[in-house]
Amino acid sequence: MSAKFPFTEKKDTRSGFGAGLLELGKKNPNVVALCADLTGSLKMDAFEKEFPDRFFQIGIAEANMMGIAAGLTIGGKIPFTGTFANFSTGRVYDQIRQSIAYSGKNVKICASHAGITLGEDGATHQILEDIGLMKMLPGMVVINPCDYNQTKAATLAIADYVGPVYLRFGRPSVPIFTPADQKFEIGKAIVMNEGKDVSIFATGHLVWKALMAVEELEAMGINAEVINIHTIKPLDNAAVLKSAMKTKCIVTAEEHQMNGGLGDSIAQLLSREYPTPIEMVAVKDSFGESGTPDQLMVKYGLDTSDIIKAVQKVIKRKMV
Amino acid sequence: MKKTDLVQTTKNIRKALLMMNHRSNASHSGSALSIVELLTVLYFKYLNVDPENPKDPKRDKFILSKGHASSGLYATLAERGFFDKSYLDRFYVDNGILPGHIDFEAAPGLESAAGSLGHGLSVGMGMAIAAKYQKLKSRVVVMISDGELNEGSIWEPLLLAPHLKLDNLTVIVDYNKIQSFGITNEVINLEPLNEKLKAFNWHVIEINGHDMKEIEQALNAKTSQPKIIIAHTIKGKGVSYMENKLEWHYRSPNKELLDQAYGEIDN
Repeated sequence: MSAKFPFTEKKDTRSGFGAGLLELGKKNPNVVALCADLTGSLKMDAFEKEFPDRFFQIGIAEANMMGIAAGLTIGGKIPFTGTFANFSTGRVYDQIRQSIAYSGKNVKICASHAGITLGEDGATHQILEDIGLMKMLPGMVVINPCDYNQTKAATLAIADYVGPVYLRFGRPSVPIFTPADQKFEIGKAIVMNEGKDVSIFATGHLVWKALMAVEELEAMGINAEVINIHTIKPLDNAAVLKSAMKTKCIVTAEEHQMNGGLGDSIAQLLSREYPTPIEMVAVKDSFGESGTPDQLMVKYGLDTSDIIKAVQKVIKRKMV
Repeated sequence: MKKTDLVQTTKNIRKALLMMNHRSNASHSGSALSIVELLTVLYFKYLNVDPENPKDPKRDKFILSKGHASSGLYATLAERGFFDKSYLDRFYVDNGILPGHIDFEAAPGLESAAGSLGHGLSVGMGMAIAAKYQKLKSRVVVMISDGELNEGSIWEPLLLAPHLKLDNLTVIVDYNKIQSFGITNEVINLEPLNEKLKAFNWHVIEINGHDMKEIEQALNAKTSQPKIIIAHTIKGKGVSYMENKLEWHYRSPNKELLDQAYGEIDN
């Protein structure tokens, strides 16, 4: 922990989802939940216990779960589906595409265990393509919050938004550094640290790693701006352009493939509107592997030191 | 509606869908012709639906999961008064109203997107669960094709619906014995289908899918389990040169063949 950026404790973001869902259950009678036999892993057990008639155990049948969720919207209900990110996206892409996205159904696809930090279970479960898959679907909102508090706030916020949403979170405990009482605004980037030499756009728990880079960069005489992009789609274009125009060089950071991820979205925007040198901290066209989350983050080039290296590189490329 | 009127309705639907497929050079005439009696009984004798109030929450819902037979459903909905028959001229064409496969927002009376096979039964289950949850008497009918039973995703809801005791859900299998490029039971043998479905705890009824009395009886049969109607049908039913002919899954009738079909249907 640094002096500049304290955190209260570490907690898994999936528990933020579970807490948010339980609160929604109490607040909004239209919220119903479906799970494909992973209730404990998704932290949906509290909702199931409290609201058994609004919880549907679908079994290990994710395609069925997505279709049922689409059908369940018919009387104004707001279905939240829960399973791992891999089974929430790639496995059921056609169901989501036809019955949810194309049909504009108000389904919230909530996905845990995203990315390599799923850890020892290995590459079969470590989806690193889900953001790309989901952001390509017309009308789909894609959200990847950074910590427990933000995941809880996002869970509450998406119930008030009408339309399909993909909410991504993870398994490991990560620092809690955003406020418990935050209001989550879909599509609104958050400036975590103002700076003038480089903009670091990070998503998910990489926001914390970016903040950890700030002080080391400070010691090197680099004043870094860190922006939390919790909503990858719709992207906060204005916030990205504003920061790019100020710092004139960009680093993106995410636990996802470089292809199709946050960096890809930002590069697309900048190449059209304001061409700026950019470096991407992301997985480089590779599957993951079995290992502890921390070791994998280092091995796959997603750690604070990787963000620092990317900053040093992109600053050299800055057009002066 | 009287029996003679129902028969006339099937004729109107058959001619309308053939005209649509002829005009737009669209395929799947055979797949639509096999379900005309089923659609007629559903929309004129069974489903509690109101063309004046197509979104009534208490309505029954019908999902044509075999979305490639859309011309049959569109023609039936127009005949039932859900939308003007002029909509049918705008099927499968540039800037049209009615797409080849179904977009549920394209016209009133459509309940679910369909085209990619193996989705509709899950969506229908969601609607059936929603009706139970809201304590509505609303019933849900989903029609799937025999070829669609090749899709693994169909077997997920087939396993779950009886477990959830969804007695407001009915599935109709259009068992016309022919799929895209082959005889159904040569592509993948579904038999013994009745016993398979029974073993999954469905209430199974086998009928002649062109006998409207049998269709009505089967739909009205009271059961405590979800119900599945295996409707034995003839692909291309009502048009001699199409009946049981594989090529009419994809071919579309030219003017001469259309006239011949009209003549056969009217006689």
